[in-house]
Amino acid sequence: MKLPLRLAVFGVGVAGLGFLLVWGVADLPPFGHYAGPYGDIITKLVEPQRHMANAVTAVVFDYRGFDTMGEELILFSAASAVALLLREIRERDTVDVVDAIRSDAIRGLGVLVAAATLLLALYVVSHGFVSPGGGFQGGVVISAAFLFVFLTGEYHAYARLMPTKFAEPLESFGAGAYVALGLIAFGFGLAFLENFLPLGVTGRLRSGGSAALVNWASAFAVAGGFLLIYAEYLEGNMAARYRRSKP
Amino acid sequence: MSVLPYLLAVFVFLVGLYGIVSSRDLIHLTVCVSVCQSSTYILLLAIGYREHATAPVYGDIPASRKVVDPVVQSLALTDIVVAVAVSALLLAFALRAFEHEGSLDPREMAELKG
Repeated sequence: MKLPLRLAVFGVGVAGLGFLLVWGVADLPPFGHYAGPYGDIITKLVEPQRHMANAVTAVVFDYRGFDTMGEELILFSAASAVALLLREIRERDTVDVVDAIRSDAIRGLGVLVAAATLLLALYVVSHGFVSPGGGFQGGVVISAAFLFVFLTGEYHAYARLMPTKFAEPLESFGAGAYVALGLIAFGFGLAFLENFLPLGVTGRLRSGGSAALVNWASAFAVAGGFLLIYAEYLEGNMAARYRRSKP
Repeated sequence: MSVLPYLLAVFVFLVGLYGIVSSRDLIHLTVCVSVCQSSTYILLLAIGYREHATAPVYGDIPASRKVVDPVVQSLALTDIVVAVAVSALLLAFALRAFEHEGSLDPREMAELKG
């Protein structure tokens, strides 16, 4: 189909879709006047019922934990598929890549920033039920810490620190532990993923019950998934760079 | 102008859709998919917003304080993370297509020619 014809067909379709969407949002409650009951029920119940200060994390890992498991598994399959697609074109001999960064100051700074980022990530994950944070966001920050090693130390330091064989088990362990925690609840006569541990005191690090474990499981799965994606892309890129540099 | 944020979400979605339809580059196409996804965040957060309300985190605020809807926020936050992984997957497909066809233009690929 030629582009003008394609755009004409698209124009007709998008006019109809746009009309339906505008028609649909026109009857929503006015902006700033949220009327839905679900959020109100949860913000009222989250402290007395679940002893969690952060209602968002409570929704992610407790009230709608099953939903998050679906998201988690999408991430797991996407990361696995990236590995599957890119591994074929990868070359094993990336050891000959010459690191471009030679400044000790930049390398030293890289280690400091990576350590600080990792610390921040662990803080974000562990305080998920206390302050803004949680395993999903924290997992991404964990993976970012390793990217600083790559940025400032170049490829070898990164590859030594985080080979694929470490990212894969991390991702699998996280995703598996998430499902396992759901199944363990059955053993207590509860529903899938229902909270089965003592809930602790609101605002303390040990609050959240078994949802805190779910929080950590998803942090591992997200961090592992992202590290796997980085590793596959970087190794592919390094292999290509190596091919170019060789006559 | 109480529907303006919703109309913005519709606009962003349709712009992304236009990009997908008229795309001449698979990487551009991936960015357009991300633009479409971003419109859902605008819509979700706009629905949950409430005037003069704060974040639904009860660390330092009294329980009587008005807060925004935590449900749509949690949907948006998990979706942002997943969207990045999905973009990575689409880019991996683009990389393989380039190796196979020597081009990123979907119009030059036998399988994608519409």
